[in-house]
Amino acid sequence: MASAAIYSLFIINKSGGLIYYKDYGSAGRTDTNDSLRLASLWHSMHAISQQLSPTPGCAGIDLLQADNFDLHCFQSLTGTKFFAVCETGAQNIEVLLKVIYELYTDFVLKNPFYEMEMPIRCELFDLNLAQVIQKDRVALLGR
Amino acid sequence: MIGVGKAKQYANVLDKPLSRGRQEVSLSAFAFLFSEMVQYNQTQVDNIAELERRLEDAGYAVGARVLELLCHREKGNKREIRLLHILGFIHSTVWKVLFGKGADSLEKGTEHEDEYMISEKELLVNRFISIPKDMGAFNCGAFVAGIVRGVLENAGFPAVVTAHFVPIEGQQRPRTTILIKFAEEVLQREARLG
Repeated sequence: MASAAIYSLFIINKSGGLIYYKDYGSAGRTDTNDSLRLASLWHSMHAISQQLSPTPGCAGIDLLQADNFDLHCFQSLTGTKFFAVCETGAQNIEVLLKVIYELYTDFVLKNPFYEMEMPIRCELFDLNLAQVIQKDRVALLGR
Repeated sequence: MIGVGKAKQYANVLDKPLSRGRQEVSLSAFAFLFSEMVQYNQTQVDNIAELERRLEDAGYAVGARVLELLCHREKGNKREIRLLHILGFIHSTVWKVLFGKGADSLEKGTEHEDEYMISEKELLVNRFISIPKDMGAFNCGAFVAGIVRGVLENAGFPAVVTAHFVPIEGQQRPRTTILIKFAEEVLQREARLG
């Protein structure tokens, strides 16, 4: 699994609205307004990058590398984007994002009380997400 | 099965043996279908008690049919007349056919003579469902309670069956208990049978 810590996780719906935000540790913490702004900003950048690409068939930004952090993004076939801000040089975050996508399809989409495109308030999703991240951490510390 | 032995042609479709069918169904497919059923019923009712009743009624229909099918297929058309036997039937055979494994436990209630409980760590129907806080004690396991009621009532053991969450200390998720309260006549009959 991932071998470095992730700072925060965002999930945005097809229209760019933030539906889930979780931060891990103080490094990634942003307040509500900032996280909403960041989500819509990323949504627009992702869309623009598809147009800007010199080669045809670009699916958007997968990875953004900066001095202090990496941002990995995974877009599902329906346009829901999962992106994680993590440490530079983090490994296997794409795999982690795919696992989170699976948790989303299981505990959010199969929940009859969840309205599509609305913020995610599902206890089981939170529980299982915490377990996955925790298992990741343990694997990291164990090395 | 195709190609195995010589397929016997039956003149009357009623003479064809009941096939066992495919033993497994996709869990995701069932989860989505159940989720849609809950959502559909939510649009039709005004309050939570009504929603629970509707899910239970849906389960009742399933229970009635499952009893007929399993009596024929699993038990060779034998009818249970004792309380413990029918409970054992539900707890092992019915659960195994519907959910792939037997129920976790079957207990007799300590406070009342007519109460029995089937417990599960987590009902299959509830596996992907998170109840929002404002719905209080609502449990989609009402569907399973309906199934149990359908089986019991059609086997001649009228009962009131409900599903409850029982919080367990040390665990984040509560256990689910199906509480079965038998009608007076059932207990009297049991006492007469000795």
